[in-house]
Amino acid sequence: MSIPGTHELHVRRGRRNAVLGLVLGGFVLLVFAITLVKLSSGQSMEAFDHVLRPSLMETEK
Amino acid sequence: MADISAIQSRAEADVSDLLTLLKPRVMSLAVFTAAVAMFAAPGALHPVIGFASLLFIAIGAGASGALNMWWDADIDILMRRTRARPVPDGRVSRQDALMLGLWLSGFSVVMLALTANLLAALLLALTIFYYAVIYTILLKRSTPQNIVIGGAAGALPPIIGWAVTTGGISVEPLAMFMLILLWTPPHFWSLALFSSDDYRRAGVPMLTITHGDHATRRWIWWYSLSLLPVSAFLALSGVGGPLTLAAAVILNALMLHFAWRLRRRDAETAERDRWSEERRFFRLSILYLFAIFAAFAADTAAGMIFGWFPLSAVALL
Repeated sequence: MSIPGTHELHVRRGRRNAVLGLVLGGFVLLVFAITLVKLSSGQSMEAFDHVLRPSLMETEK
Repeated sequence: MADISAIQSRAEADVSDLLTLLKPRVMSLAVFTAAVAMFAAPGALHPVIGFASLLFIAIGAGASGALNMWWDADIDILMRRTRARPVPDGRVSRQDALMLGLWLSGFSVVMLALTANLLAALLLALTIFYYAVIYTILLKRSTPQNIVIGGAAGALPPIIGWAVTTGGISVEPLAMFMLILLWTPPHFWSLALFSSDDYRRAGVPMLTITHGDHATRRWIWWYSLSLLPVSAFLALSGVGGPLTLAAAVILNALMLHFAWRLRRRDAETAERDRWSEERRFFRLSILYLFAIFAAFAADTAAGMIFGWFPLSAVALL
């Protein structure tokens, strides 16, 4: 049995889903932009990864 | 035809309801003061990082608004000013408000830590905790000092903004914090003067109810006076300058003038003209804070063009 027609509720729900989709898409773009800026600003993007990373070791002054 | 009224009664929230849940007007104050502090702080900040940080501060502020509406749904329904909010109106369930608030809190703090730095993120977490737990849950219904102590939540955003740019805290953001902290009581008490019935019905111990109309007017005056030294200090500090000084002189004169007029009135006079002076003072208080922070931004911009304070003063003369 199918539900015929579109209730006003479905319109609102659809609108909410569309906005949520746009928000998520925008968030992806934002994270991408932040990544570009952080990578191009020259700071180290490495972090602890359960093995010794020589590049992360404090250099003796 | 089948009866679907049971389904209809459980309302489906619209996008605008969810946005209202985030208290956009409170959010705008937080975003604006944080943005100004971010801009006025020494040091360079990439515009993308600045924009993203402001967005996450806005979401954090919105999350605390949702938590406030979750906790206060029972009293919001009793007050004329707040009755139409999404939760008391039944358009959003209390559970949804709580979940939205909690998830957005976690999201905004983690994202600010990744975008800016850990200090800024911790300050945002403190702001949300302070507004939702210290103010809304612990203070609001128990003491007439609720907004005096609770005002710290609204005063924290400039410190967050400063921390985003500099990674630290210094005397200027602390002075901005003090300015908003001391501004909050006269702002809300002038609102309480003309919404006293609301607060009485809801059982919120605002100063107007516990200590009366007269005492409230007196305290509005004293707190307005206390803005004078803090704004003067800011005008002469690193974030100030000739524009801030000029703005502070005019704005403080206005605040004190209208605070004094409020003090000279009594409840009967106010009720006769439908609290016109009180409403005017409430609007003026909003203008005061926005204008003085706009002046910090203007002086910083002027400083970038003309050089540091003494030089910019000469350039403007």
